[in-house]
Amino acid sequence: MDSALIPKGVRRCSIGQFALFVGVVGVVLLWGVFAMLLCWIKGLNQTNMNDYYGFALWIWADLAVIALGGGAFFTGFLRYIIGKDELKNIINYAVLIGFICYSSALLILAIDIGQPLRGWFIFWHANVHSMLTEVAFCLSCYFGVLTIEYLPLILENRQLDKVPFFHNLSHNLHEVMAVFAATGAFLSFFHQGSLGGVAGVLFGRPFAYREGIFIWPWTFFLFTWSAAACGPCFTIMITRLTEKITRKTLVKQNVVELLAKISGWMLLTYTIAKIIDTWYWAAVSAPAGGFWLMDFYSNNPLYGPWILITEVLICGALPACILITKSGRKNPFTLMIAAVLAVIGVSLNRWVMVLQVMAVPVMSFDKWVMYSPSWQEVATTILPVAYGVILIAISHRYLPIFPQERELNPIEN
Amino acid sequence: MFPFIFEWMWDMSHVVFMGGLWYALTIIGLGMTYCILKAAVDTAQGKGSHHHE
Repeated sequence: MDSALIPKGVRRCSIGQFALFVGVVGVVLLWGVFAMLLCWIKGLNQTNMNDYYGFALWIWADLAVIALGGGAFFTGFLRYIIGKDELKNIINYAVLIGFICYSSALLILAIDIGQPLRGWFIFWHANVHSMLTEVAFCLSCYFGVLTIEYLPLILENRQLDKVPFFHNLSHNLHEVMAVFAATGAFLSFFHQGSLGGVAGVLFGRPFAYREGIFIWPWTFFLFTWSAAACGPCFTIMITRLTEKITRKTLVKQNVVELLAKISGWMLLTYTIAKIIDTWYWAAVSAPAGGFWLMDFYSNNPLYGPWILITEVLICGALPACILITKSGRKNPFTLMIAAVLAVIGVSLNRWVMVLQVMAVPVMSFDKWVMYSPSWQEVATTILPVAYGVILIAISHRYLPIFPQERELNPIEN
Repeated sequence: MFPFIFEWMWDMSHVVFMGGLWYALTIIGLGMTYCILKAAVDTAQGKGSHHHE
């Protein structure tokens, strides 16, 4: 029925199977939309946020998807600026994943601000002393860049490409893509960093506060570094997952291995920097604020030393060691394990830097305050996942996302 | 965002912040304008019309 829209020389499932898959995921999407409407119509009383937790599940989800979407800017940087030509075979998918992550982040923010009709205030009446203003600027601009990077893929659809103007526009966008990629890398460096900077400048919260250079605390650089390291791991993970679901090899092993190797070295250097930062904070910064390390990891039901060990060693050092070794990258199982651990690690880091910061008592009369999200918060956080799955399914079906697909999966006549 | 909005001040913070924003928006805008105009000219010259089956 829709065969005229499917790229030439590739095999896709029947329209019935496809509709069933999209329909099932669509039910989850509708559940999220219902919760989103509740938040917009009834207000933020639908959440479990309170005076302790002004930042909660949504901000964690925001920071996590922005870090995971970092695969787009870093792969683009490697492909167009550094000149790693092999990555042209995975850059489309990295851009699509980045587009989904950033549009999801903006959607979550639109729910989180409670008054989406006043969302434009952050631009019009900008507080130029706020790192979050910089985040809003860079996030919006970079989403524009990702849209521009995704646009030629849409225009390469078999039917759209027949329109001469669209064909020429797609061709021209490809020609100047390096300019957009460089702009994207510039914007990403600052907004990824500023998200870390938001926590690092909280001098009233010794758990988060860090020293730094000029106006930037060390967390600024650690956030950018970790996004560049773990974003490509997320791209690899989703690529392998897509291959499992479609039962096809979509990207050649050497391309994945190259990205995994670069990601591994980035992750290793990041983990070393993170360990040094943690040691200095535990030995110097926190004691200067009147706290000992174990004050942050005891007398509460959730946050123990396990979270630090899991984040830095199990989900940092371990995947880094797997990815920098040739045998680790070549084995599909260990490669997947490393990618999943890196994704969990960066998500855990964002959780700690948002939620644990809020939970730790600051004043002598304070106590640990725990938080569990309402179902509306959970549903609206799952909403972007369902949206992402549907957009990937539609894009994979109708757009030439994987340039090597035809070669790797020849159709026998 | 603009000098004509009441809270605007000609200080370093506003110049750096807003300068960065407008710099990025200018590059994105010029890039897209170039691509669209060139595509229109190419199409008028008949390019891309006969590349299909």
